[in-house]
Amino acid sequence: MTDFNNSHKEPNYLEYRGKYKGILGWITSTDHKRIGLLYFYSMMFFFLAGVVMGLLMKYELISPGEQIMGAQTYNGLFTLHGLTMIFLFVIPGVAAVFGNFFLPILIGAKDVSFPRLNLMSWYLYIIGAIVVLISQFIGDGPPDTGWTFYAPYSLKTNTNVVAAVTGAFILGFSSILTGLNFIVTMHRLRAPGMGWLRMPLFGWALYGTGWIQLLATPVVGITFLMVIAERLLGIGFFDPAIGGDPILYQHLFWIYSHPAVYIMILPAMGAITEIIPTFARKTIFGYTAIVISSMAIAFVGYFVWGHHMFTSGMSSTSRWVFSLLTFLVAIPSAIKVFNWTATLYKSSINLQTPFYWAIAFVFVFMIGGFSGLVLGSLATDIHVHDTAFVVAHFHYIVFGGTGFAFFGALHYWFPKMFAKVYNFKVANIGLIVFFIGFNMLYFPMFYLGLMGMPRRYYDYLPMFHSANILSTVGSWIMATGLLIIIINLIRARKGSGKEIDDPWDGKTLEWTIPSPPIVENFEQIPEVKHGPYEY
Amino acid sequence: MENEKHHIVPYLTHIMVLLGLIVLTVITVLITSVELGAYNTTAALIIASLKGAVVLLYFMHLKFDHKIYWVMVSIVIAIFAAVIVVTFFDYLYR
Repeated sequence: MTDFNNSHKEPNYLEYRGKYKGILGWITSTDHKRIGLLYFYSMMFFFLAGVVMGLLMKYELISPGEQIMGAQTYNGLFTLHGLTMIFLFVIPGVAAVFGNFFLPILIGAKDVSFPRLNLMSWYLYIIGAIVVLISQFIGDGPPDTGWTFYAPYSLKTNTNVVAAVTGAFILGFSSILTGLNFIVTMHRLRAPGMGWLRMPLFGWALYGTGWIQLLATPVVGITFLMVIAERLLGIGFFDPAIGGDPILYQHLFWIYSHPAVYIMILPAMGAITEIIPTFARKTIFGYTAIVISSMAIAFVGYFVWGHHMFTSGMSSTSRWVFSLLTFLVAIPSAIKVFNWTATLYKSSINLQTPFYWAIAFVFVFMIGGFSGLVLGSLATDIHVHDTAFVVAHFHYIVFGGTGFAFFGALHYWFPKMFAKVYNFKVANIGLIVFFIGFNMLYFPMFYLGLMGMPRRYYDYLPMFHSANILSTVGSWIMATGLLIIIINLIRARKGSGKEIDDPWDGKTLEWTIPSPPIVENFEQIPEVKHGPYEY
Repeated sequence: MENEKHHIVPYLTHIMVLLGLIVLTVITVLITSVELGAYNTTAALIIASLKGAVVLLYFMHLKFDHKIYWVMVSIVIAIFAAVIVVTFFDYLYR
């Protein structure tokens, strides 16, 4: 792809010793790769905490009646599970870890445009996380509103809503600054010869994501401030008792929080788009179509928020408008799936762990996507609204989509990040166990929802018992798979195996430099002469 | 960076913009006394948008900047306007 020659003269980013040593050397480093790893380790901590909460909730639901917790604890737990997984794992997600680590390398740059701002984003992320955690232990108990903080309940509950929304507000700033940094980096720091249409598609996905982060996040920031103002000062924004409109809260919340789903999924799609051509040994099918679909998802995704509000009392005109727009956003998502599968046609597939993750992603994402059409359709949504069906759809998209892509990207780029390879056989077994557990956990929820089991209750009618047992056992199998995957990666990271530059024979720029990358990535900025996937 | 031109805006322009903003603020207040129903909000938003545009163009120098910033800001404002219009589908037809 390029005309340059790197040697191992300079220290790599793991060995580099700056002004400070140890942990201080890491948390004061402005190297995008180190910041990517700071995000990775902190996010994995919160992700595993969220998994434990999920397991506890599933255990509670193994039988009707109270098992290990009462209603209030369950309410607090699903709120914290949502807050942790949404704001601390999937929203920063693939972009904060792999975007930070790989975006500058993929476009031939030494770092992001604003390295110190990048570090500040991580500080804000940690401060926001601490504030969210503090909200669990001070005041009158953990918030019990769900991660959506719907008014007027969030204005009336005695639990500690103010601290939790303050934490989410701070986390929003972290997201905005990362988005801004990535947009400017792609405008300003692409290597010579790398026109916009020669940029790797992961970059395009991050570009679309950056604009959503920049434009949509302030809306929820203001909304959270309005909730705080209403709780503390009694201003009637949302409470109808003092002249407010609770549906206004839902509009403002979802104007951000639906595009936020695309903040989660677009970088995930970008990572999958990097993995597939590498293992298909073939140029991606329809590069321009994927670029346009990424931007179309980012754009149309702004205008579909009302599909969360079909049963909230919104006007009927709005309902059909939002339903129509929701069906439109399915088109660019489907274009991506067609392009991925078309890339595989007549290719020379190299069956390796990251490829299996990518294929598993497409499978679960399709189930999530199609079940989304059931919810986007006005008539069927009224039947399954606020049931376990929504929980199943949401987890197929967010966990099945972003989560699978996150682990796929981790298995794909792990050798580049640490110059180590993991045990492929164990990784594949872990994926199979995880995949079986995942489907066993979430698929019964589609059935439960169609049968009318409401979500967010710690108890249920006996008629839902069998499917709930299946789902809870699935959660144990999925956790076992996750454990196998994580232990395998930790063993590889700590192992003293042979260092390796590129086990996949990738063609994008990150595979042309040594592993682990040197501090400023390239000894000489490369000159790009053709597209990113030339096989 | 070397292609960027430094443009100095005369004081008179700044003063005229300030006066314009004050006049628009007065109009915002006065228009609330005219009974326009739901369109009172529309009028207030249009005036606020005009004020925002003037600030962007003169105080934030968009008028004298590279065209790419025009394009970016225009797209952002168009999205923002579309979000408000779509929201009003609910309020006008509820």
